[in-house]
Amino acid sequence: MSEKKILLGNEAIARGAYEAGVKVSAAYPGTPSTEISEAIAKYEEVYAEWSPNEKVAAEVAIGASIAGARSMCSMKHVGVNVAADPLFTAAYAGVGGGMVVVAADDPGMYSSQNEQDSRMVARAAMIPVLEPSDSAEAKAFTKLAFDLSEAYDTPVMVRSTTRLSHSQGIVELEERREKECVPYERNTAKYVMMPGNAIKRHVVVEARMKKLAEDACAMSVNRAEYRDTAVGFITGGIPYQYVREAMPEASVLKLGLVHPLPRKLIEEFASKVEKLYIFEELEPVIEEQVKSWGILKAVGKEIFTVQGEYSANMIRQRVPECGSRSDSGAAGQAVSGAASEKAASGETAPESGMSGQRSMAPASVPARPPILCPGCPHRSVYSVLNRLKIHAAGDIGCYTLGAVAPLSVVDTTICMGSSISTLHGMEKARGKEYIRDWVAVIGDSTFMHTGINSLMNMVYNQSCGTVVILDNSTTGMTGHQDHAATGKTLKGEVVPAIDILSLCRSLGIEHVYEISAFDLEGLEEAFRRETKRDAVSVIVTKAPCVLLKGVTFPNKCVPIPEKCRKCGACLRPGCPALTKNEDGTISIDETMCNGCGLCAKLCRLDAIEVRPR
Amino acid sequence: MGVKNIMIVGVGGQGTLLTSRILGNLAIHAGFDVKLSEVHGMAQRGGSVVTFVRYGEEVAEPIVEEGCADVLIAFEKLEALRYLHFLKEDGVVIVNDWRIDPITVVTGAAQYPEGILDTLKAARKTVVVEATKQAVEMGAPKAFNVIVLGAAARYMGFEKEDWHHVIETTVPPRTVEVNLKAFEAGYQ
Repeated sequence: MSEKKILLGNEAIARGAYEAGVKVSAAYPGTPSTEISEAIAKYEEVYAEWSPNEKVAAEVAIGASIAGARSMCSMKHVGVNVAADPLFTAAYAGVGGGMVVVAADDPGMYSSQNEQDSRMVARAAMIPVLEPSDSAEAKAFTKLAFDLSEAYDTPVMVRSTTRLSHSQGIVELEERREKECVPYERNTAKYVMMPGNAIKRHVVVEARMKKLAEDACAMSVNRAEYRDTAVGFITGGIPYQYVREAMPEASVLKLGLVHPLPRKLIEEFASKVEKLYIFEELEPVIEEQVKSWGILKAVGKEIFTVQGEYSANMIRQRVPECGSRSDSGAAGQAVSGAASEKAASGETAPESGMSGQRSMAPASVPARPPILCPGCPHRSVYSVLNRLKIHAAGDIGCYTLGAVAPLSVVDTTICMGSSISTLHGMEKARGKEYIRDWVAVIGDSTFMHTGINSLMNMVYNQSCGTVVILDNSTTGMTGHQDHAATGKTLKGEVVPAIDILSLCRSLGIEHVYEISAFDLEGLEEAFRRETKRDAVSVIVTKAPCVLLKGVTFPNKCVPIPEKCRKCGACLRPGCPALTKNEDGTISIDETMCNGCGLCAKLCRLDAIEVRPR
Repeated sequence: MGVKNIMIVGVGGQGTLLTSRILGNLAIHAGFDVKLSEVHGMAQRGGSVVTFVRYGEEVAEPIVEEGCADVLIAFEKLEALRYLHFLKEDGVVIVNDWRIDPITVVTGAAQYPEGILDTLKAARKTVVVEATKQAVEMGAPKAFNVIVLGAAARYMGFEKEDWHHVIETTVPPRTVEVNLKAFEAGYQ
């Protein structure tokens, strides 16, 4: 009996892996990929873990595959870079049990620092790529990926995008089919990638991709849908849905396997349609290959952008043959067109730089960028750094929001773990006096991800500098995942937590301190003292994320208007629960306030009281 | 019936995800094809958030585009204004009469617009709900979003019993009672 359920794209990928008999799943959280692991962890038949980073996750999956089991690792697009080293060589070694790599791209950068296209990485790594276009396909393609992996002896990538991962659609559930582990046989020619072996494996890789490209012409996931042949689209993934929405009468070559491409199928389709469009988000991966084969009538990035998300309206506006323009309302189209151009040219207000605020409403509507939550411990730490006029080399997490006004503390953010090494680079370039008013800020989870490597480097290469570990006991921004220093696994088991303080001390760092994130005097004293020190020091600021399960708020902050002198000191850290009244006094929204007391501490006149709720 | 396009907008943390899931389950319960699109990650941290729900015989794209929405459900009034141009000419906006200042207003970089409700009414059919106030009076401040949903229910063509059934099966078990009460308060 089959059951129909509405599932997120990510949940459907997890379900597909489960039904395919996956035994091991490893990942590091990252939007938009996180829910894959959270969903798969619920199946008892599957071992699932949070690894400290994507490179480790990929290697766990490789090991499980060599041991003969079906395995999976999942990551966001920038995580693919971290995992690139093992993945490129795993393509040479091939697999034992089927191995699937899920890469979730983020066109439009809803929650990312760049907009790279994982298909480009997969091409470079010689790894085949399947790209589903809804939840039902997300499940089906993941299962197919395991079969292809074993049939062609290669890791297979399933590429998702934010819109697929975070959309829900109807999926028909099927039973899990247990997969016997492939018996292990020592095979150094395949699994020991030293030059003599790798030279031979490279030949195998090229032959495998050639074979797969030929076979792809007959695969049912690559499907020519002939309707009106005046206009044809080559597309795949979520953009397929936009084509169907805007031009249901057009012919479509829907590609499920987007690397390697089915050349004969594409040539045939191109010859049968008059106008040919290639509709793919981000890079012109399909387009450049198609044009290199001499199919020069194809139109792609000449009219569609390499930036941001696509939409049906984009087709309505830019494809002259599109007849359904009246469907969407002329006014809306004009606004949206301007919006896309504006977004494409990078013209966004500085405040909206933190997120996807794509709606171009009337100019009179003020932007609402994301901000730290009321009661967030990062706000408290940043308020002190801001007052001391200390710059921060930043990192990836909620605390990146410390870059924007009014906190304005974070000056740099590049990638996971980079805060500590960029501070080190500054010190080496300009000397220790130059970084007296600098610190590195990094979250606990990001520190465990790759920050620790950079800290080893500071010790080894005799840097001086202050590293602030904002320890809120979770991976905050991705939705509260555990890590090696929280004492809990993805499966919910209680395990010994790695002690961050001891870890830092074990590197030989003498000055390691833990201070409550809400101890303003203690923080100030420590920042002043440690930034003067001619050595590496670590300050761990400690308080749990306010959104963490089990964190309770016994107090609330209440303004006493009679005592208020309207100085605005309480408003300076930008807590969203506070608003300034017309007479200059303040109001505190009781439904938002978490009673952290930061505003009360900043008030010298006791005009804000912390009271039990 | 053609595809029905619903948008739920608000400020990160206001519960747009849960609300869209109630709607999604309702559509599937009624036998429709349905697609939902959500926002996770950084944008959720107090930022402007939007989720889409589309249901009908067959749904292709998971998003609602400008000028295409039948119903705009707004948990905060500035957010209603921000996404108003997504509504069809004959679409309806259900707005919670509640103000949350964006950080741009808190810091003085921007002004919170005056007379938003009048602007909405002049542009489209508008239903104003005092949901946050009602929810606080009910002693369940977090249930305001279900009150707004109750008010919006009249514009979405499902039976009341189906709403009840889906709320019972979607929300966390211990909040069923308060959510049903909130739904009724909005539906009245």
